[in-house]
Amino acid sequence: MTDVAKRKDVAPAPLEWEYAPAPEARDIVRFEERYGLFVAGEHVAPKSGQWFATTSPASEEQLAEVALAGPEDVDLAVGAAREAYENGWSGLRPSERAKYLFRIARILQERSRELAVAESLDGGKPIKESRDVDLPLAAAHFFYYAGWADKVEYAFPNRRPRPLGVAGQIIPWNFPLLMLAWKIAPALAAGNTVVLKPAETTPLTALLFTDVCRQAELPPGVVNIVTGDGSTGAHLVKHPGVNKIAFTGSTEVGKAIQRELAGTGTHLTLELGGKAANIVFDDCALDQAIEGIVNGIYFNQGHVCCAGSRLLVQESIYEPLVSKLKRRLTTLRVGDPLDKNTDVGAINSKAQLDRIRELVASGEEEGAEIYQPPCRLPEKGYWFVPTVFTNVAQSYRIAQEEIFGPVLSVLTFRTPEEAIEKANNTAYGLSAGVWTEKGSRILWMAERLRAGVVWANTFNRFDPTSPFGGYKESGFGREGGRHGLEPYLTFD
Amino acid sequence: MARLPVRKTYKLYIGGAFPRSESGRTYEAEGQNVARASRKDARDAVKAARGALAGWSGATAYNRGQVLYRLAEMMEARADDLAAVCSGRKEVEAAVDRVVWYAGWADKLAQVLGSSNPVAGPYFNFTVPEPTGVVAIVAPDEPALDGVVARVAPALVGGNAVVVVASQTHPLAAVELAEALATSDVPGGVVNVLTGLRDEIAPVLAGHMDVNAIDVTGADGSTTELERLAADNVKRVVRSRDEQSPWEIASFLELKTVWHPVGA
Repeated sequence: MTDVAKRKDVAPAPLEWEYAPAPEARDIVRFEERYGLFVAGEHVAPKSGQWFATTSPASEEQLAEVALAGPEDVDLAVGAAREAYENGWSGLRPSERAKYLFRIARILQERSRELAVAESLDGGKPIKESRDVDLPLAAAHFFYYAGWADKVEYAFPNRRPRPLGVAGQIIPWNFPLLMLAWKIAPALAAGNTVVLKPAETTPLTALLFTDVCRQAELPPGVVNIVTGDGSTGAHLVKHPGVNKIAFTGSTEVGKAIQRELAGTGTHLTLELGGKAANIVFDDCALDQAIEGIVNGIYFNQGHVCCAGSRLLVQESIYEPLVSKLKRRLTTLRVGDPLDKNTDVGAINSKAQLDRIRELVASGEEEGAEIYQPPCRLPEKGYWFVPTVFTNVAQSYRIAQEEIFGPVLSVLTFRTPEEAIEKANNTAYGLSAGVWTEKGSRILWMAERLRAGVVWANTFNRFDPTSPFGGYKESGFGREGGRHGLEPYLTFD
Repeated sequence: MARLPVRKTYKLYIGGAFPRSESGRTYEAEGQNVARASRKDARDAVKAARGALAGWSGATAYNRGQVLYRLAEMMEARADDLAAVCSGRKEVEAAVDRVVWYAGWADKLAQVLGSSNPVAGPYFNFTVPEPTGVVAIVAPDEPALDGVVARVAPALVGGNAVVVVASQTHPLAAVELAEALATSDVPGGVVNVLTGLRDEIAPVLAGHMDVNAIDVTGADGSTTELERLAADNVKRVVRSRDEQSPWEIASFLELKTVWHPVGA
């Protein structure tokens, strides 16, 4: 370690630390061979007659077969949600609705290890993360919104809030159960019923959640789960019986949904892509900033819409920072998601791995300098070594496009004004990071960054009380907090 | 012999100036030759609005409130002129009172719409409303004056810069309002007014990549085409829900959440 501290400008040799395996037991979760759709409280075979396999991206083994919902299936699910909305849920005393949500929160806590293991198996994320981040936050979201169910009128003074009806919700594969919680908890608290479509590659925790609903004795039809691919989502968006669409995913698909819903009057919120700037000033606490940078881009394999994928470093500390960062990268443990020591798990799918590879290749072609720490990757499964690009120009694709992988692009700046200019030079506006010990500068920066979430001297923090959502092409509407109720309400 | 009155030329209002349409075109409305804005005029207006945004959104809330109040003063002083191009004195009074009402919101928005968020960890966390940016407003045809004021005032008080597509059939009130704006302390470019054919101008703004939101409240009938174009850059599509409320302002605002660790 001292060796590197003395030679700050030289990329360091990797640290040779060996770790004994520390596997999390996987027998806590047992998947069915086949999962039907969850409609009106029952698991039903799809009318489409189609099924598809869901695999573990870490081993490529098949975990289960899942129904692929077609238009008729989506129609039945929307019908079930409508029935539940009209004949029960919307008329239920709000305090009773609250208690159902409290029950769900509690059951998620009770079954958290099982669900965490399932999440890591199906999605490839490290167990450390699904255990310590996804599951606790998912339960917390239900607990938070449970409390709102019978207090909604206090959130909107001088207005009379009413539920919208049936909410169609489409969620991504990066935080499957957590995104389910972000969607379902506020929708139900506000008095709506839902049809939720999990991502194609990560349907299993949503299907296990149906058992949580059963245990909570949630009335049938209040939550319906339709698994499938993009076509299933499109059927849901187009369904005339849906009053509201909430979508989290790519900006490209978000725009298509906004176009599709033009003129229909269907309520819409979008949480889309990002290309967050993580801005590091020369007066920052450097070691803390390094941890924040690593957490910002390598957390969840970089499969995070608010990931700090553009590192803006003040020129005066560029060399020591990059040197420390590269050294830190050599200590990241990439591999088995179920190993409790793993920092970076598997890339979620072959398709995503291909996209990351393509963009990384474009970075090399355009002239950026690539650094990847020496790394032993498992033979099976989808993996990508944590990567840093230096010598990146703002025009490069790796500085403009969302990579959604463990790939960091480093740019530099001299003045706060230049940092703002570069940070805001993107069509996205989801999040941003600022590292400096100067308080007035934090607030000055926070005012000028065109992003929905600004993390100062921290990064990638989430909480049910904290509104989350984008500016510009990162979408509209907020999830979390009092503000997260509004998209699920209408007002007289 | 009676004196021959000096008549007014009805022009556009862009960047604090009153240009004719660069296309040289006019059309007849309410018995007047009114400038018929081109696509280029619409783009110029967006550019002017973008240029004026930083100053206006960066002004203190107290200052914005006073500037809006000043607008009400200027409208009151022009009450006769305004009354002549709308349904009359009562409408002018309602519009002036509305501007005063919204002026008072400037320094209260963050308190009503923002929040301090008790996150489960050692972090200070707060949410503040901010202007969404450049807003296009398709003004309703009626009421001629209060209709446009009811849409512009909430966008303005939140710190946005605005491009108004005036009513095609009743454009004079919007031009008269522009003259009140020009003599108020609202900086040039913060409000821009385009007169002309709605179907010619509104789609340009709806599809413009440097416009952040479009208010379609005043667009009659189908807004499908405008909404579809708006998706090109994920524009916020705004529709009025209340006659007058802070939620009308909120629909032109973004919410920003800031985190910072707490520690000794």
